[in-house]
Amino acid sequence: MNPQKSNQPAQQYSYAYLDEQTKRMIRRSILKALAIPGYQVPFGSREMPVPYGWGTGGIQVTAALIGPDDVFKCIDQGADDTTNAVSIRQFFAKVADVATTEDTSEATIIQSRHRIPEKTLKQGQIMVMQVPQPEPLRTMEARETETRAMHAYEEYGVQYVSLYQSVAAHGRITIGATYPVMVNERYLMGPSPIPKFDNPKINQSEAIMLFGAGREKRIYAVPPHTDVRSLDFEDYPFEVQTWDEICALCGSEDSYLDEVVLDDQGNRMFVCSDTHHCSVRRDAGHAGPLAGHALGSAKEAAE
Amino acid sequence: MNAMSQIVEPLPLLRVTRLTKAFGPVVACRNISFDLYPGEVLGIVGESGSGKTTLLNCISGRMQPDEGEVAFATRRLGLTDIYNLPEPDRRRMQREEWGFVHQSAREGLRMRATASANVAEPLMNMGGRHYGRMRAETERWFNRVELDPARLDGQPRLFSGGMQQRVQIARNLIHGPRMVFMDEPTGGLDVSVQARLLDLMRELVRDLGLAVVLVTHDMAVARLLADRLLVMKQGDVVESGLTDQVLDDPQHPYSQLLVSSVLQI
Repeated sequence: MNPQKSNQPAQQYSYAYLDEQTKRMIRRSILKALAIPGYQVPFGSREMPVPYGWGTGGIQVTAALIGPDDVFKCIDQGADDTTNAVSIRQFFAKVADVATTEDTSEATIIQSRHRIPEKTLKQGQIMVMQVPQPEPLRTMEARETETRAMHAYEEYGVQYVSLYQSVAAHGRITIGATYPVMVNERYLMGPSPIPKFDNPKINQSEAIMLFGAGREKRIYAVPPHTDVRSLDFEDYPFEVQTWDEICALCGSEDSYLDEVVLDDQGNRMFVCSDTHHCSVRRDAGHAGPLAGHALGSAKEAAE
Repeated sequence: MNAMSQIVEPLPLLRVTRLTKAFGPVVACRNISFDLYPGEVLGIVGESGSGKTTLLNCISGRMQPDEGEVAFATRRLGLTDIYNLPEPDRRRMQREEWGFVHQSAREGLRMRATASANVAEPLMNMGGRHYGRMRAETERWFNRVELDPARLDGQPRLFSGGMQQRVQIARNLIHGPRMVFMDEPTGGLDVSVQARLLDLMRELVRDLGLAVVLVTHDMAVARLLADRLLVMKQGDVVESGLTDQVLDDPQHPYSQLLVSSVLQI
């Protein structure tokens, strides 16, 4: 549990994998990002022992912050038990000697890419998001020099062009993930590809939200109690996804649901994407239509 | 107050003073001065390499001249040297008070966005956040530039050259600019499309009372659209005056050559 032991020759890695100078550099970028909410701070992204696209940005942010007293949770698509989540959790358990958990309220650092947990985050918690493409304007403007100027001068009209096209083509705003937001009414920000369902959770959150893009070498942040507004039109207001179904296992009506195909007969079920949220509800006695009897076989059928 | 007793000098919209721009030893624009008044169409004519496009780039805030001043009467600040404005103010002025019609629609349009999104973008840049109203305004402009509203959500890359130019014109006029720069707006179009487009532009310019700086090598375009002409040769303005006067009675040998080399059918 003592971080000093990283200096002992028997230890293969520095504490939390990155060397101390790198972690200081990343911490400086994080502080700057927190000071300018939504602004993309460049940082010297390092080679990590996983490929780009597997969470290198998030891992570096976590490595710079994590200490032996932290409790670490890692989710992938809301689930604690998927390959990527398990690997990253084991990685930090090994190189940073931290306790790990699946319990959202227990965790001090939660690393994720696609979801923000259903349970409301509290003061003292840090959400670390892995970001593939930090620049929300990129699809409309390819030049980095130009997008930087657009951020500097708050020229965000172009972002509405994509919303406009979406309404023109489909009669509603169809962007489902990476839905652009204004942070503190100043910087336009693309949340990591979380569903727009999770956008309201960033607004005025008590927890710190950090975003790390390893390949693109950018860190940005939303400090606690910051206004985050999803872009929309006056006559086409922002709205989150809704489902006609409830969670088949825990009966939840208000969580983000994944569709799971059960067989080749067209049967399917909808289950909470946040596995911890779902299991807590089941333990508390909530039950959905498929709860209890067929859980094992339903899961097998799904796989 | 008796309006008859005083003659009000109209203020110029654009004042260019002793503008010079060189690329190494090649002087593209030498000591050029002129005023442009509201509602006036100024044609800049000359052969390839005479400095027309450089002059246009300098006065439209896209290329800083080596010497001289380009002053524009902005809504907020009055007549101001545009190169002394802070960059955000200059970009805002370019966006809100100017339009720029390129020779190639590829430069002037977002080819990955739909035609109506292209036309509506300036409204969104100016803070438009009501989809229904912007959509209606876009449709109105589609009709105005004689585009088929059925193509509103088509891709501009699938449009014909003439249609692309119409989209570009609508995009550059929808937000109510006071001055529009046009760089060979009818270049690369066949003559019948050219004629219809010219007709349309003449109508719009008159209706909206726009000030236009039009760069062209085509004397017919200049004759149809421009009130006044600058004739350029090797970076110098060799002759200037009313369009009819310059074209009917050219004084400088080079202007005479230009006018006489127009093909007659």
